[in-house]
Amino acid sequence: MATLHTRASARLMMSPAVILLFIWMIVPLALTIYYSFLDYNLLTPGAHNFIGFTNYRFFLTDPAFLISIWNTILLVLGVLLITIVGGIALALLIDQPMHGQGIVRILVIAPFFVMPTVSALVWKNMFMNPVNGLFAWIAHLFGLQPIDWLAEVPLLSIIIIVAWGWLPFATLIILTALQSLDEEQREAAEMDGAGIVSQFIYITLPHLARAITVVILIETIFLLSIFAEILVTTNGGPGTDTTNLTYLVYSQALLQFDVGGASAGGIVAIILANIVALFLLRIVGKNLEA
Amino acid sequence: MARAVSNRRKWTFTIIAWIVALLIFFPILWTVLTSFKTEGTAVAVPPHFLFFHWTTENYAEVWSRSSYVLYFWNSVVISIGSTIIGLVIAIPAAWAMAFSPTKRTKDVLMWMLSTKMMPAVGVLVPIYLIFKNTGLLDTRTGLVIIMTLINLPIIVWMLFTYFKEIPNDILEAARMDGATLGKELLYILTPMAVPGIASTLLLNIILAWNEAFWTLNLTASNAGPLTAFIASFSAPEGLFYAKLSAASTMAIAPILILGWFSQKQLVRGLTFGAVK
Repeated sequence: MATLHTRASARLMMSPAVILLFIWMIVPLALTIYYSFLDYNLLTPGAHNFIGFTNYRFFLTDPAFLISIWNTILLVLGVLLITIVGGIALALLIDQPMHGQGIVRILVIAPFFVMPTVSALVWKNMFMNPVNGLFAWIAHLFGLQPIDWLAEVPLLSIIIIVAWGWLPFATLIILTALQSLDEEQREAAEMDGAGIVSQFIYITLPHLARAITVVILIETIFLLSIFAEILVTTNGGPGTDTTNLTYLVYSQALLQFDVGGASAGGIVAIILANIVALFLLRIVGKNLEA
Repeated sequence: MARAVSNRRKWTFTIIAWIVALLIFFPILWTVLTSFKTEGTAVAVPPHFLFFHWTTENYAEVWSRSSYVLYFWNSVVISIGSTIIGLVIAIPAAWAMAFSPTKRTKDVLMWMLSTKMMPAVGVLVPIYLIFKNTGLLDTRTGLVIIMTLINLPIIVWMLFTYFKEIPNDILEAARMDGATLGKELLYILTPMAVPGIASTLLLNIILAWNEAFWTLNLTASNAGPLTAFIASFSAPEGLFYAKLSAASTMAIAPILILGWFSQKQLVRGLTFGAVK
């Protein structure tokens, strides 16, 4: 169908995007790999010697590394749990007939558009502050001792802040999938005497499976790189309690100026993210054929 | 009778849904309310919800005493600039892939998407050093370049899914009638593609406006956008809740409004067309 002429022009039209992305992918990656084998600190001038896998050995045996991996996993899983369960519940709720559905939808979606630094600082100061925060006031109302959220349960606090921003995303996608559910199928099941719970388990949930998978994978990609929320609330602390892999590499690079070590950490982060990405690309790719 | 029951059911859901929605929205509402309080009222315990002396002094103060205007302008330039450059690069690519697909089109698309999976922190070091050595650090140009590159895959993908829905027959017919490539683009494709391009534009501005890894790491006082401006409140002096709220309200208001307009496209854009 496509003539030789159009094929050539198609290639020409694609080339700027392809070339730019190719450079963007290859050059920094190659440099990161290169730096990761060097003894290179911005504070120590002179030759940067090739030191083999020493940076990797230091990074991988740094106690902070295992902690940061664990924190990263907790952060991702915690946010996923809250947003998926909450998202399904919210989507089911919003899908019901009600007055002012459009406004409810708009209110629920709003947190997704709040920039990370705003949500983190608003939650930190106006909600989680142990003296002036709203949570402290609520605790007092119930006669409880207010807790210093970001000092006592720092990782949970960050999970809550991040989950608030991503809950709308999960809700919106699950709601979109829910609205394509064939009502007749559900009604038929109802006629056959299926209760609300079994209708949900055997009809609704399987229908949502794909959307939920997509939410899990996309959120995971973004959640692996959580940074701003940690930077403005805890700086990775207290100690290393909220240091995730992204923050650890950042602190190695821009706080300790250890180019070699940070690069080794960066490569580790890339490998981990790619494992997740592999699953995501497979699913999206399948959809492309359908 | 059945009607009455269903009406009651509807009202029950209405009440529950509104309560839940207001709870989720509350942090934003609270930020907006606090922005109109005096600093003293803002930290008062018990908190004042609606009955306080409303004032706009925080807005005036944030506006005049900090370089808020500069940060706002940086956000505008970076998000809109990177989106427009991204569109200029992506529209021909997406057009070619949608209308002259080859065996490798799918691979190219998947590969583009895979560049989006690279964690930013993995390439932080080289990008930082390149920027430092070329003088791009803390410049709007530098951030526009980065933002264009990180969002280019999403732009191509979104446009591709929209363009694919334009029936190929129409183009074929135009070609039969002797339309040149230029005419085809101008008279047939463009009008049909405008809605898709517009929603891609909206979503991308939102993503770029809220991006907070590169903007925080590659800028200081010259090219810092609003994300960086708000981050400067993390080391506060004295009472600052009301001012933080005023600055936050100004930072999120434009994007909140854009976001509400683009909520339908959001699903599609962020799932790369996997959920529609």
